[in-house]
Amino acid sequence: MLAQLPVTYRNEREYPFCPGCGHGLVLNALNRALIESAADPKRTVLVTDIGCQGLSDQYFVTHAFHGLHGRSIAYATGIKLVDPDLNVIVLMGDGGAGIGGAHLLNAARRNIGLTVLVFNNFNFGMTGGEHSVTTPTGGVTTTTRSGNLERPLDLCATVVVNGAGFAWRGTAYDKDLADVIVEALQSRSFALLDIWELCTAYYVPNNKLTRTTLTTMRETVGMAAGVVGRAERPEYARALREAGASQAGQPALRPDPLVPIFASALDREFRLVIAGSAGGKVRSTARMVGEAAVLSGLWATQEDSYPVTVQTGHSLSELIFSPREILYTGIARPDALALVSEEGRRAAGHYLVALTPESWLFVTPQFVDLETPARKLVFDFDVTGVRGVKKHGALLLVSAALRVLDLFPLAACEAAIRRTQRSPIAEENLEIVRQGAAVVADRLGRGS
Amino acid sequence: MREFIDGATAIARGALDAGCDFFAGYPISPATPLLLHMIRELPKVGGVAIQAEDEIASISMCIGAAMTGARALTATSGPGISLYSENIGLAIMGEVPLVIVDAQRMGPATGGATTPAQGDVQFVRWGTSGGYPIIALAPSSVAECYSLTRRAFDLAERFRVPVFLLTDKAMCLSMSTVEIEQYERPPVRPRVQAPAAPSGDLGLRPEESFLPWRFDPLDRPPPFSAFGGAHIMRFTGSSHDEHGILTKDPVRVGQLNEHLWRKIADHASEIELVRADLQPDARTLLVSYGITARAMAEAAQTARARGQRVSALTVQSLWPVPAHALLAAARGASGDVPVERMVVAELNLGEFRREVEREIYAWAARERRVAPEIVGLHRVDGELITPEQFLETIRA
Repeated sequence: MLAQLPVTYRNEREYPFCPGCGHGLVLNALNRALIESAADPKRTVLVTDIGCQGLSDQYFVTHAFHGLHGRSIAYATGIKLVDPDLNVIVLMGDGGAGIGGAHLLNAARRNIGLTVLVFNNFNFGMTGGEHSVTTPTGGVTTTTRSGNLERPLDLCATVVVNGAGFAWRGTAYDKDLADVIVEALQSRSFALLDIWELCTAYYVPNNKLTRTTLTTMRETVGMAAGVVGRAERPEYARALREAGASQAGQPALRPDPLVPIFASALDREFRLVIAGSAGGKVRSTARMVGEAAVLSGLWATQEDSYPVTVQTGHSLSELIFSPREILYTGIARPDALALVSEEGRRAAGHYLVALTPESWLFVTPQFVDLETPARKLVFDFDVTGVRGVKKHGALLLVSAALRVLDLFPLAACEAAIRRTQRSPIAEENLEIVRQGAAVVADRLGRGS
Repeated sequence: MREFIDGATAIARGALDAGCDFFAGYPISPATPLLLHMIRELPKVGGVAIQAEDEIASISMCIGAAMTGARALTATSGPGISLYSENIGLAIMGEVPLVIVDAQRMGPATGGATTPAQGDVQFVRWGTSGGYPIIALAPSSVAECYSLTRRAFDLAERFRVPVFLLTDKAMCLSMSTVEIEQYERPPVRPRVQAPAAPSGDLGLRPEESFLPWRFDPLDRPPPFSAFGGAHIMRFTGSSHDEHGILTKDPVRVGQLNEHLWRKIADHASEIELVRADLQPDARTLLVSYGITARAMAEAAQTARARGQRVSALTVQSLWPVPAHALLAAARGASGDVPVERMVVAELNLGEFRREVEREIYAWAARERRVAPEIVGLHRVDGELITPEQFLETIRA
């Protein structure tokens, strides 16, 4: 393997950078680091950003990904997640660090094993010398003509405080830059190198910056030099795979067949709307009833509506049962409406006014005075002895309704509960279904 | 045997059965169930799923993953597609196999998060710079959520292009009964792979063994080699030569852009997918897609039960526009008695009707014949178009 490694990772192309620009120095250091690390070119990906340094990937014999401005860390994350053993090296400028700030922060938090080289020359060199997130306060650029009022972003401190495994600050002229890149590559963590440079086209002429003042500027802006942070944390791409490894081989999302073991005499579409409140188990009741219908050989659909909040407001479930496949799932007029709460009544107002003398309306005692042309049945579940009548209102009322409507056997509901719910919740709900239905039996004097 | 299942579950299962092994997404109603399914299920098949920091990161990670050999899926809603926009362009330029679920919302911006909607038809086609083609499919049943997701992966792999699956809350989150035996299982053919590197070839000078961006012929995607694989791969969002190196050479730039167009446009008939329910001598042809096609199917049944003749065309592939199928349906079931009226029904104010008009009017002009009347049936109030609304449009 070693015999096959190249003597240089550079190809024959010449760098395109301006005279005096630091980019070539950083790339030469990267080349030396790759040689020293004996990196397999076919197991190494350079991911570049937009800007002058974004041209860099064209000068190496490794894999290269040149994407959109500021997103290099996110592409690199996708690459690393699929193949955690790859050397993934991100080459970005201070511009990319700014526009892609969210990616930088989150890659550091994850400690995903990317080596990020920031070619930091304090301005946008490719587009005409505009200020960036790292332009020092007072720095003159084409968009901060009387001096930058903003504070420069401390990239190293930012990634370190957010969990990066390695962070270093220096310049393109540092003799040990290649060694630092080797250390970063070997760190198996999110490693960021904030490499300060001279942009001879724009920043240097406007700010009289030299190699010497580049070094002293670190003190002026109050940023640490050398290794700013080093921490041992699990590398994310491997950690994520390890976290999922115990589930490998388990069946994933297989069909869950409902074998019809009950029968229904229903010969047309029947529409049932359950109107209650969030937290009142409206949707889970509807889901159970839908499964019960399918267990009875019917086709069923269920559509829920609720406000964007989760634990307040109304909760409405619309069910359609049919002996045939159901195409259109909208409901203009329910055949039966179950009102569980005042919030449900308000949300179901349009259904309530659509009811006819053929419709059924099932309500709890609070709606005893509600005027309707429908066949209205009022059920008082306080007599059942069920604890938490309000919490279980939807299941109680729907159980009673199904007992009256006789669309399919209540045993189908019990079977639906048994197949999806665990003990002791299943036992509790089975008891609620029995109590709800029993209220009907008492009321209609049919015995249970 | 039947199951009681929602569209999001069917899409997730379709993706898993299609060999999807990477997902990145960000929570957004009504697409969130896809994120939850994939986070839970992908580790079981050795894949990786991640909740990214935002939508831009989601699609960026998917692009990086796909070019490392993964079959990648992401899911969002219209506002998220807005944030995907620039990277959709990158995926087109870089010929990235990628499936994007768009669970649409009603109206612009935050819009109606939890209402049925079909307003992103033109957006997914024209939502990135340059104007180059993508593929978009629209399931109109839970069973199709499964089969069209498989097909989306097949098309993404074969054409190396982003494929959208256009759905909405009503399709994703509502429960339906499905005959398990009736799930169609279209094949998922893998992207064409680059030949193995000759032994002894380091592949360090790409021209020696493999050019990642040589289109031969011009209308076919180039063979694929993954990052970390046998060949050195250069990927770039810039106009590029056969090596993946930035170029301004007019010949090469022209070839590249023509290639990106023709690999879809020249193969539109392979991508085209509709369900044509045509009746001889029908004067009216109903055209719809997605959730709205269900009301259309019911209306057609009702109309025929009343003795009316009517044809119905459910469009499953919205982009490229299925021109052949549209014209075939407009010509009538027998092919020689064209319909007099076409009704294009959708939950927007005429986005797909614009395409139908374009195709049909061009055909009528070519053949020097009177074009059928084309009318729109629209609804943008968050409610479904009803079968009754369809019935009112039928000219018997």
